[in-house]
Amino acid sequence: MEEDMEAGVVKKFMYVNRKQPYGTVYALEVLEMVLISAAFDQDVHLVFTDDGVLQLKKGMDTAAIGMKNFSKTYRALEGYDIEKLYVDQESLDERGLSEDDLLVDVQVVSRAEMAKLMDDMDVILTA
Amino acid sequence: MSLLHTVSKSPFERTNLQSCLKLATPGSAILLYEDAVIGAMQGTALADLVADAAKSCKLHVLGPDLAARGLDASKVLPGIAVVDYAGFVDLAEQASAVQAWC
Amino acid sequence: MKFAILVNEGPFNHQASDSAYQFVKAALAKGHQIFRVFFYYDGVYNASKLSEPPTDDRNVVANWGKLAEEHKLDLVVCVAAALRRGIKDENLAPGFRISGLGQLIEAGIQADRLVTFGD
Repeated sequence: MEEDMEAGVVKKFMYVNRKQPYGTVYALEVLEMVLISAAFDQDVHLVFTDDGVLQLKKGMDTAAIGMKNFSKTYRALEGYDIEKLYVDQESLDERGLSEDDLLVDVQVVSRAEMAKLMDDMDVILTA
Repeated sequence: MSLLHTVSKSPFERTNLQSCLKLATPGSAILLYEDAVIGAMQGTALADLVADAAKSCKLHVLGPDLAARGLDASKVLPGIAVVDYAGFVDLAEQASAVQAWC
Repeated sequence: MKFAILVNEGPFNHQASDSAYQFVKAALAKGHQIFRVFFYYDGVYNASKLSEPPTDDRNVVANWGKLAEEHKLDLVVCVAAALRRGIKDENLAPGFRISGLGQLIEAGIQADRLVTFGD
């Protein structure tokens, strides 16, 4: 706590990812925000819900669409002390996916649990 | 204090409102503005869903966006309050944080 | 109260920038402070001085610039998002400045509320 006080304000930031990668730029540009907020020593939470769960799908191969595969960045988040990743079970179910389809360790929660977590945040950035 | 959820896209074009309603906890405030205001009206295919949400959450709709679209503010669903931009500011001020579903 | 504003969509195609503008005006009228307005994603197009809407329409870019001048607003365009989309100092509209994403995170930390407009 004392360390937090000295270092300045630590807020609970949540990034809510609701879109697939590649079809729009949001997933990539959210990652850029996430990496910057790590540099500010904030309490970062990443949520993947709705189509956002597809950002974490294993086995992406973007060669034929001519775009950079940035899914490796999700694996690198741990190195930035970003370890609070959440996926809701309902969004996986809706898309015929399971936890085994995901390329990083996440906490799979219910929508109700995700809603509670969201209520507790100070700053929420959604895309 | 609880969250203010904002929704700006039409629920007939995207599912942002539907996602919002799944994650908004009872007592939260929800504001429909821009194209989302159609979701606040009586007689739409989503009226039951939205009216139901208005029982547990505090639903609001932005009057200037209703007016711009020729939608009658007197015909919004029961339990939905019509606010102006100043009211939008008040809702943000009264919330613990603002979650934009867009 | 101190508000931070995030604008994520470009002008004209979407209403987001107009809504943010009306929100900021209403907040200022109520005596609130606007800590910063940050433009991200396609929101960076709000800062293009090459924008020339027809004269019978509102000028979104110029309106932000005027509001910034009147109220000493800090209008910040994300450098990474701007470079991707061809917004640079040479075509940056008056009242805006280009800076890093850290300015958004700082705004989230310093302001009492962050309010996002647009997808």
